[in-house]
Amino acid sequence: MTLAFVNATLVCPANGVSSGTLLVEGDRISAVGDVAVPEGAERIDVRGKLLAPGIVDLGVFAVDPAAFRAGGIVRIGLMPDQSPVLDDPGIVERAAKAGKPDLWIHPIAAATRGLAGTDLAEMATNASAGARAVATGRRWIGDSGVMRKVLRYARDCGLTVIAHAEDGGLAGGAVATEGETASRLGLPAAPSMAEALAIARDLMLVEETGAAIHFRQVTTAAGFDLVRRAKARGLPVTCGITPAHLLLSDNTLNDYRTFAHLSPPLRSEGDRQAALAAVRDGTVDVLCSGHDPRGPEEKRLPFTDSSEGMAGAETLLAFGLGLVRDEVLTLDRLFALLAVNPARVLGIDTGTLAAGSPADLVIADADAPWLISAERMAAKAGNTPFDGLPVQGKALKVMKGGRFL
Amino acid sequence: MHISDHSPAAQIPGGAVFPHRHLTGIEGLQPHEILFLLDEAEQWVEANRSRAQSDRRLEGITQINAFFENSTRTLLSFEIAGKRLGADVVNMHAAQSSVKKGETLIDTAVTLNAMRADVIVIRHSASGAVKLIAGKVDCPVLNAGDGWHEHPTQALLDALTIRRRTGAIAHRKVVICGDMLHSRVARSNILALTTLAAEVRVVAPSTLMPAEIERMGVTPFTDFDAALEGAEVVMMLRLQNERMNGGFIPSTREYHMRYGLTSERLKRAAPGALVMHPGPMNRGVEITSEVADDLERSAITEQVEMGVAVRMACLDVLTRRSRGVEGWA
Repeated sequence: MTLAFVNATLVCPANGVSSGTLLVEGDRISAVGDVAVPEGAERIDVRGKLLAPGIVDLGVFAVDPAAFRAGGIVRIGLMPDQSPVLDDPGIVERAAKAGKPDLWIHPIAAATRGLAGTDLAEMATNASAGARAVATGRRWIGDSGVMRKVLRYARDCGLTVIAHAEDGGLAGGAVATEGETASRLGLPAAPSMAEALAIARDLMLVEETGAAIHFRQVTTAAGFDLVRRAKARGLPVTCGITPAHLLLSDNTLNDYRTFAHLSPPLRSEGDRQAALAAVRDGTVDVLCSGHDPRGPEEKRLPFTDSSEGMAGAETLLAFGLGLVRDEVLTLDRLFALLAVNPARVLGIDTGTLAAGSPADLVIADADAPWLISAERMAAKAGNTPFDGLPVQGKALKVMKGGRFL
Repeated sequence: MHISDHSPAAQIPGGAVFPHRHLTGIEGLQPHEILFLLDEAEQWVEANRSRAQSDRRLEGITQINAFFENSTRTLLSFEIAGKRLGADVVNMHAAQSSVKKGETLIDTAVTLNAMRADVIVIRHSASGAVKLIAGKVDCPVLNAGDGWHEHPTQALLDALTIRRRTGAIAHRKVVICGDMLHSRVARSNILALTTLAAEVRVVAPSTLMPAEIERMGVTPFTDFDAALEGAEVVMMLRLQNERMNGGFIPSTREYHMRYGLTSERLKRAAPGALVMHPGPMNRGVEITSEVADDLERSAITEQVEMGVAVRMACLDVLTRRSRGVEGWA
């Protein structure tokens, strides 16, 4: 059975934006562009709406199918910070299967056993069980010798290392970025330089080992500068960011709103502007949700006692489309950041509308207005710092492997 | 004055003078609101000194002192303040009970609310905890210190002390010296004193100085001697034991050498400069006994006295609405 999406605004990170038809046969895209609809095909009139590759959300902390479906996300790179930690082939395999049939979960295995930052985890074994990358988790590996071994061994296994970039010695028990806001509120804070220090060390190790590294979230001007220069030198480095760090500064912490307690913490306005510039100039490769739903047990607490993290899956696309409207990036590049680039980090062949690619698709209305409501989210918890904000852009339908969800 | 003659509420349109339901911090208070609280406290100073017939204006009021963090003097001060006004004072030593943190904090707030407290005084080790509770209860909440954030009654009692001893707060050159980073006393004092137009200098080793503190309208120094030049008020902060060695400063000996207030050092300040300390003091560390015990210069015991008066004023003012005081209801 062939499905024919007609009258679509086709958004392909590889081939740009065009209007036309897209055919799906089985679980694959069979043709795209100015193609005839085969006889007997089921026609789906997209009515000019966007037809784009399904979003690959790199580095989420929870399997939350309803939230992902609402956000147009078909695949996730699941962080190893689970209970139990994804550091064992049995656990990795179980995680990889947990989302079927609605969601592709690509486990990111722990780089060190128990994410403790001391002993190497069984990277190759975990990869054969389904892991697509290894990560340091929410934490930074403080021991440079261990990090060097992680990078060398991951390179041998052909796996990208996804790193958390915050020097733990500086970040310690901090819950905010050092600056006027943290000083006024009396919150433990770390200088934003903690990020650049961590990146600088890891980049030196990358240069030496040749391993591929992806900084899951870069959020500071100094951090982007380092990544930018490393890319110019040809190092295998990529980086990501969440909409929260592009849209909010540490001012949001006023009133101790724990929904804005994130890791890395929200930065200064200057760093936020640098982040937008880094998206513009191509330094940023991946736009991710950082989806980390936390219930009231973890958020209705004094700021320093609360857990970091936000529910971001449902709002990722809307904020991405907002960046397009604000001319920070083009529509096809947005989907490079949302689909093909994260897929590359994970080493999976998806994220474009090319014939032969998996039929992972999202139909989206770029203009549909809606109101973000913490109480009405599909996510397991509604911990969003954007509660009450009107936005535009919504996933209408999501297809995974040729099947509508 | 007979204490029962004191009824300033009747003369002042309360809503306009002090419109705040809670006192969670100095932040957000207008200069006239701070001065109003100081004026109110002033009269309790006289009343306390004259040992006049006790004023029972808080009779029937249940005041709960919920201290999630250990305290002796602040708790005692709030307890005496409440009792002097006739309130039924209940102390909850949450720090020693099974109540620790987390959801329990809000649960505790809800519980206190259900017990129909009329005013709740809270101390907690987490910045912002008092605001969190204030949003969950129906009665006024008074911050008795939250984390590194604020300790508003301390700032008010310090301001009252300065005003009484030097005649004014505006344009006074005030030096605050010590662990600025972890000090709620410093934050509240900076807010109160700058709001009242004092010229505030803050002194600490860089390791104990909050980032961008100058944006709070103060001038930061790392050299105590330089900061002391011409100072009219020298406010010392307590160096907390856990920070004395290794972590933030090399040793108490070295700290004393650079930041200890000695008679010799005090000569750099203006003649007759006032010396203050919120207590308890580490004698020989941030301040020498010679300075601390010099009754001409040191206002340390007076600060304690002002503390009771300020807390009486705050308890009175914050409960006026619920007590139906004319002009406040």
